[in-house]
Parts: sequence; C-alpha cells; structure tokens
Amino acid sequence: MSAWSVTEPSARSKGIAAVLVILYTVITLLPLVWIIATGFKTGPDSISYPPKVIFQPSLEGYVNLFTDRTRATPEQLAAMPPPENFVDEIVQRRGEVITQPSKFGERFLNSVIIGFGSTFLSIFLGTLAAYAFSRFRVPLKDDLLFFILSTRMMPPIAVAIPIFLMFRQLGLSDTHLGMILLYTGVNISLAVWLLKGFIDEIPREYEEAALIDGYTRLQAFRKVVLPQAATGIASTAIFCLIFAWNEYAFAFLLTSGTAQTAPPFIPTIFGVGGKDWPAVAAGATLFLLPVMIFTILLRKHLLRGITFGAVRK
Amino acid sequence: MKSHYLAATAAACLTLSMTQGAQAEDLTLCWAAWDPANALVELSKEFEAQSGHKMTFEFVPWTNFADRMLNELNSGGKLCDLMIGDSQWIGAGAESGHYIKLNDFFDANGISMSDFVPATVTGYSEWPKGTPNYWALPAFGDVVGWTYRKDWFARPEIQAAFKEKTGRDLTPPATFAELKEVAEFFQGREIDGKTVYGASIYTERGSEGITMGVMDVLYSFGFKYDNPDKPYDMEGFVNSPGAVEGLEFYKALYDCCTPPGASNSYMGEGIDAYKSGQVALQMNFAFTWPGFEVDPNVGGGKTGYLVNPAGPTGERFAQLGGQGISVVSYSEKQDAALEYIKWFAQPEVQQKWWSMGGFSALRSVVEDPAFAASQPYAQTYLDSMAIVKDFWAEPAYASLLQASQKRFHDYVVAGEGTAKEALDGLVQDWTEVFQDEGKL
Amino acid sequence: MADTPIDRLARATPSSLARRVRGLSDRAIAWVFVTPTILLLLAINIFPLIWTVRLSFTNFAANKPNAEVKWVGLRNYTRILTDPDIWQTMQATAHFLFWTLLFQVVIGFSLAWLINRKFRGNDLLTTLIVLPMMLSPAVVGNFWTFLYEPQIGLFNYAVEFFTGIPASSFSMLGSVTLAPWSIVIADTWMWTPFVMLICLAGLRSIPDYIYEAAEVDRASKWRQFWTMTVPMVLPFLMLAVLFRGIENFKMFDLVVQLTGGGPGSTTLLTSIELKREAFEKWRTGYSSAYAIILFVTVFGLASIYVKALNKVKER
Repeated sequence: MSAWSVTEPSARSKGIAAVLVILYTVITLLPLVWIIATGFKTGPDSISYPPKVIFQPSLEGYVNLFTDRTRATPEQLAAMPPPENFVDEIVQRRGEVITQPSKFGERFLNSVIIGFGSTFLSIFLGTLAAYAFSRFRVPLKDDLLFFILSTRMMPPIAVAIPIFLMFRQLGLSDTHLGMILLYTGVNISLAVWLLKGFIDEIPREYEEAALIDGYTRLQAFRKVVLPQAATGIASTAIFCLIFAWNEYAFAFLLTSGTAQTAPPFIPTIFGVGGKDWPAVAAGATLFLLPVMIFTILLRKHLLRGITFGAVRK
Repeated sequence: MKSHYLAATAAACLTLSMTQGAQAEDLTLCWAAWDPANALVELSKEFEAQSGHKMTFEFVPWTNFADRMLNELNSGGKLCDLMIGDSQWIGAGAESGHYIKLNDFFDANGISMSDFVPATVTGYSEWPKGTPNYWALPAFGDVVGWTYRKDWFARPEIQAAFKEKTGRDLTPPATFAELKEVAEFFQGREIDGKTVYGASIYTERGSEGITMGVMDVLYSFGFKYDNPDKPYDMEGFVNSPGAVEGLEFYKALYDCCTPPGASNSYMGEGIDAYKSGQVALQMNFAFTWPGFEVDPNVGGGKTGYLVNPAGPTGERFAQLGGQGISVVSYSEKQDAALEYIKWFAQPEVQQKWWSMGGFSALRSVVEDPAFAASQPYAQTYLDSMAIVKDFWAEPAYASLLQASQKRFHDYVVAGEGTAKEALDGLVQDWTEVFQDEGKL
Repeated sequence: MADTPIDRLARATPSSLARRVRGLSDRAIAWVFVTPTILLLLAINIFPLIWTVRLSFTNFAANKPNAEVKWVGLRNYTRILTDPDIWQTMQATAHFLFWTLLFQVVIGFSLAWLINRKFRGNDLLTTLIVLPMMLSPAVVGNFWTFLYEPQIGLFNYAVEFFTGIPASSFSMLGSVTLAPWSIVIADTWMWTPFVMLICLAGLRSIPDYIYEAAEVDRASKWRQFWTMTVPMVLPFLMLAVLFRGIENFKMFDLVVQLTGGGPGSTTLLTSIELKREAFEKWRTGYSSAYAIILFVTVFGLASIYVKALNKVKER
C-alpha cells in the first residue's frame, strides 16, 4: 500500500485507537485475572477489605479444591502426627482433617470424556452428512437444514423436559452415553452447517479427477475430500468441544453424579463452614485455562470460524 | 401363630443375609454438603471396617440440594443407595415410591421408633403424618434457633448504652419484640472499631431460605397451615391477623437490622456474617452451633444460644430442620444399605455421632443426664426440639414452597405490596396446588 | 487392474456414469451418510418437540409417573397467558434483552471500528478481548457473584474507587433496582466480543476503493462514516443482534448463577421461570405449554426480524 493511500489511517488516529482498545482489554481481562489470582489466595486474603492486589501466594485453594475436610477437635489435632507434606501442613494449620478426596477430579474427567466423545461423534456424523448435502441432491435439503437450525431457538430448559422423560425411560439419566448423544444432537446441526460450507469450497473437479483415476466415491471422499477439509473440520471440532465443555443447563438438569460435568459442579464447591472462594477460583482456573490457551493458540481458525458460521447462517 | 413364624423366618433371612454380608458393596450416601456430612464421613469409616462395604458420598450444597436430589429421585436414578433427604420430602418419597418402607426392617432388627425423640419421628419418618408408617430413620435433629454475642452483651459500656436507650437491662431476648429492640440497638454501632449490625436472618430466594426464616417467626404469631378440623382449609389460618402481623414483623426486622446486601442469605451467609463479627444476633439451624464453639473469633464462650423467642401472645414455636435416612427404592444394593441403617441406629454409634457434632435424635443419647452439660448448646437444642413445627411435607411440597418463596421474597425483600396481600396470595397459590393435587 | 470393457468405459465416460458403476451408488452413499444424522436429530430435536406439544395439552407431572394423565385441552395455555406473573417475567426478559443488545452493539461496534484502524498488535488484542465469550457462562457467572459482593467484591470496590460511593453501601445483586443491571453488565462483558467480531468482519468486507472514490469526491470523514461505513456494516450488525437476541431470550446459565431470578422476581427471566415450573414444581404439562409459547415467540420475532434483515440487505 502506498504512502498515498487514503484508506490507511494516520499514525495519530492509530495511536488513539490503540490506547482505547488496550484500555478496554485491560478492563475486560480484570475479572479473569481476578479468578486466577483468587485461586492463589488464602481464605482471609480472599475476603479482605479493600481487595488485596498484592498478597502472599498460597496453594490453600488448590488443596481445598481436591479434598473434602472436616473440622478437627483439639484432641484430634494434638494426636496427629507432624505433617508429612505441604498438603497436610496446610490442612492442619487450619485445624481441619482430610476426610476424603473431593469429587473435582471425577467431574473434570467427566467433562473431558463427554466433551471429546460428543465432539468426535458430531464431527464423524457431521462430516458424512455435510458431504452428502454438499455433493448430492437430498430431497427437501433446504427445508430440512432450516428446520434443524430452528430447533436451536428452543430454550435448553424446554428441550430438557422431554429429554428428561426419554432418558428416564431408556435408563440414560446421569450416564456418559446419554450426555454424549445429547450434546451431539445439539451440536450436529451447527457442525453440518459449518462443514457443508467448508466442503462446498473444495472444487468438485478434484474428486471427479479421482473418480476418473479409478477411485470409488468412498475412496475419493477419504483420500481427496477429507484432507482438503481438514482445517475446516478442525475448527468445527473446536466449536463443538467448546460448546460441550461450557454447557450448563442440560448437565445441571440431567446429571447428578456419575456423569456430572464440571460447570454444574464448580459453583457448588463448598468449604468447611462456608463458601470457599479460593477453592472455587482454583477450580474455575483449571477449568477455564485450557479454553483460554486454546483460544490464543488457535485464534486464526477460531475467529474466522465464529464470523464464518454466523454470517453464513 | 403362623404370621409370627413367617415374621421370624423373614427376620432370620434378613439377619442371615446381613451377617454374611453377601458381598462387599460400594454404597453411595447422598446428603447436603455441610459440616455434619463431613463428620459422617469420619464416623462411617467404622462401618466400612466392620462390614467390608465401601462408602462413597455425594454431597450437594443446601441451595442446590433439594433441586438436585429430587431431580435424581424423579429420574429414577441409581446414584444414591442411601438418601438423607430433607424432612419435607417424605410425602413425595413415600407416595411416588422413591423410598422403601422400613417398618418390617425395624421390626426384624429391634429398632423401635419410640426410642427416638417424638418430634423427629413425626418430622422425619412418618407418612402420612401421625400414622406408624416409617420411611426413614431419624438421622440428624435440627431446629432453627438464635445465637448472640455473649461477650458483647457482657460489656459494661454496651450495657450502659442499652439501658440509656431503652430503659431496661440488656438481656438475651426472650420475645420477638425484645429481639428487635436489641437488633436495633446494635445496628450501625461501632464495636472494636468496626461497624456492626443487628441480626442475620434468612432471606434466600432460590431454594427454601426465606420460607424457613419467615415460618420460624410466623408460628409464634399465630400462623397455622390449615384448619385443624378441616384439612387444607387455609383461609383465616394462613392469613390470620396474627400471621399478617408476624410477616410485617419479619419485614421490619429485615429493613431495620440486617447487614447491607443481606438480601439472599441462608445458612452459609449467616455463618459468615456471624463469624466475621458483623452481627450481634443470628438466626440459624442448630447444626451451625458446634462450628461456632471452636471458631477463633466467636468460640470459647463468646457465643450464647437461644431458643426461638416467643410471639406477642406468648406462643412459642420453632421451625424444624433435620433429616431422616432412607433407602432409595431404585438402588440395587438395598440389603447393604439397610445394613448401614442398622449400624447407624446403634446407641454407641449415635453417642459418637453426637460427640462429633452430629445432632443425634436417639432418646438414650439426648436424655442422658450428662447430655445437657456436654456442650453449651445442648440444653438449647433440647428445649428447641420440644416446640418444633414443620412446613408442609405433602408430595406437592416443592410447589407449595415455590409459592411461599416468591410471596415472601417479593414482600420482604423487594417490598412489593402488603403483608396481607402476600398471605392472601399465598392462600390462593396453595389452594390451587391442592386443587391440582385433587385434595380440594 | 483388469482392463475389462466396463473399466475402459468407466474411465472414458463422464463421472456421473462412473459413479453408478463402481462401489456404492451415489444415492446409497447419500443415504448412508445422511441417515445417522437425521436419526439423531429426530431423536434429540424433533421427537422431543412433538412430545412437548403433546404434553402441553395434559396435566402430566413427571414426578408422579403413576398418576392418571388427563387431557386438559387448552387449559395450560389459557392459564399461562392469563397469569399476571408471565408478564412480569416477560418484562424482566425484555429489559435484559433491550439493554444488553444496546450496550453490546454500541461497545462492540466502537471496538471493531477502533481495531479496524489496523494499528500494530491489533490481532493479539482482538484475541484477548474475545476470551470472555469462550468461557463457561455458569462458572464465570458464579464468580461474578463474588465480584459483586458489597464488602469485598472487586466491582463494588472499583465503583468506590472511581465515584466515591462507599462499596458497602450498595448491593448489586441484592437491590431491587440494581439487580437487573447487574445481569446486564455481566452479559455485556461476556458477549460484546461477539458483536465486535461480526462488525469487524463487516468492516473488513468494505473494499478500499469505495473510500478512495469518496475521497476523490471530497466527502468528509463524518459523511463517509454515515453514508458508507454504517450502511455497509448494518447487515452484519443486524445479524449479530439476531444471534444475541435469540441467545439472550434463552438465557439461563449466567443469570441463574448470578441472581437465581431474585431479588423478589426482578430478574426472573423466562428460562428461569420455566425451569422452576418444570423441574422444581414438576408441572410438566403446564411447563410444556410454557415452552411452546416461548418457542413460538422466539420463532415469530426472529422471522419478522429476518424479513427486515433481508430488506436491508437488498438495499
């Protein structure tokens, strides 16, 4: 672009814009920074007034996140052996004893299983369907796609009423399989929609050349179309994964223990005698951080995917 | 004769299957996430050692407890083998078949309900109320009472200021009028360089908080759920002049004497406000009391415990809390679950339960001469348990509760309408629920 | 490869013929590929919708599976529509919708416009700004209750710092007047980036030569902004509003964590009310009717809006 270009903003206007955007970024990131910081505070530090910006970091929140504890009687405390590791030390200093490991690990694992399971299934089924929609004439295609998308206008709670009854009948309540199927069902309409767009962009001539070379349709799909669509598939997968990872309403209503994911669990983390904010913040940090890192690393695909998905619809 | 024989064989079979322990099971017990539950984990280690079964626990905070667990029961879930469910669920537990009936099991194992505090048997075990049909074993006795800062009440300068302001001595309140006077006195006062407030009361909207608090006051003002002679006839009982006065009192107390922002507080928030030295008086369930005794800020004699104060006519009641332990009918490990209840009902275990902070409902524990002196709050607990009343325990309890939560919160916290309108509306809502249920 | 006449023919003939000859026919592949998805959608989306419609005409209660189920005709619908409470929740929802959309559009568009100055590092900042919308609303919403604490919360402290209003003198979640704003603020914080991204796509779709031409015509920057930038971004902006509108009409997770519908019923959005009816009171039939009413409302409003959107696009 030449120095003459009239569309290139002046250095001064760029500078002002940069300052304003940086200001907004700082403000908008403050709550996230606060979550991470609170995870490393002690209980008293977390509720001090005025809020503490500089504090002595502590692992108390993380210790509390992974353990259930109860208040120890003075006799119990006196009879206890000296702490063997930092976990025991932190717990004993607060006059508590560990009763059992907490459920956080299990719930986090459930999130991983259900998140990846439903993403895999959505992408697998979605890619096949998207290919068919893109390349073949399927009766009522447009109406079908529109109707599928419009069901997403139902509030999740409304969908949950019959799903609850259905799962109860089929014994799918509070199971991993049930949640994987449900999230797949919710994700797949968007997945098909996005993937169809990506596959539409792959020129048909590639496949036709392959067919002429003696490939069957299936071979051509596998060896020509799939590699070409890999980027699109990957960014669709990220969307499905983030949806399943963050989903709350269905998980809240349809799981109670065995298959409960982290989002309904984290707000219910409770300390001895009251709300334990450092432990909640620690749990939130561990849960949110993967998504934050993902977003920053894969920003190109993600941001393009968001606008692409929205604008296409 | 024949029936005796049958019962005996049934009992024999039951005990046999139990002593054999069949196989080691993995039992899940569901309860609220609170201090007593953590104590129960400790206590249950003994059961694990004796029986060979492994116990796992699923604890949910109070504000989500009813929601999650009733959802679990209604979905026919197999998560919980044992459920320490709230007292008001018993109707639904029995009528919808969530819980198994325990009469035969009690008979076969020599567990007698007359060994338990009567109020807890009625409150936690019976459905229909007043009939010997048992669906749970009383597990944790609980009742709403008050704590006050004994150390502040004992300070000469505070006593003098109170006398000057009100013309009477500063004593722990015995009536609600006195309670409000004391709360007004403390509201906004500087103590040790900190601004303190009068009282912490229940105002939570999402689950059952404000209903528990309001009811705790309303009973002593003459509120009744229905006509004693004509069940479900509520006009003039729920919205009696006394009840209206009681609700107005609750709002006045909320407006005058609670800490700022206490518009959604329940047990946890109450504990926090009290422990942090924010309030002079605190309404809360008895389960919180053992925690105060060992707290560095308010423990060691700084806290006094009060039975719910009396109303204007001298009537005195308190809101029942607490739970019974039931076996979930969808469980595939019912034998092992019953084994747990059998173990839990033993007097020695109950004694230990009390010493760990679990409020036992076994008479041999609470009627022991040494009981009243065993903890500073023991006598208050006993006296409170003698005057309890409970919310509806009907199968439709959740709908009834939803209605009262809305009416009370809209009036007390959001300040909409009058107390009379709120209670008239409540009669309407409740009537509609009972009509839907086919009881009216 | 055997060189049969058919093979030779296949290679020589157009692909449409070849498809029919080798392996599965296209028709078969289409069906094999589409059927599982259709079945899943039928099971998870369509069948439940039909079932909901059916339930909405009954007095069924999911917590009493053994009770007799009666057809009640339109009674559930008349009861809901004549209940003054539904207008209260609709009002709360409308307040939430209006203000979140307004703030998000204004802030989102301004940000996009600033970022489009293309200063160095703008893509990194864009990514950082986007972070809140990628996170779990329930977990973040839960933490916002901590930020809103009157004594100890960061939000109240910030207000005190900048305005001098004491942090302990107001409660964002507890006050009847402030609570509706507390959810607007949290939602705006979370979803402004979405509007920003869509606007950014719109701004970047405007070809440079248009501005160059305007420059030649000596149109002022102000005029260029209103006659060119805004109209060209408008379809994008309206699309963003559509998506946020639908999402916020369904809003559950963030607000249920923040206020749970309180204080009183001031932030009782329709989804929260629906959850109470369906999963706390267990009035399944009644809440099914409620769900259908909500669905029809969103669908109707969205259809009208899409018509308007298409008109704007045509211009």
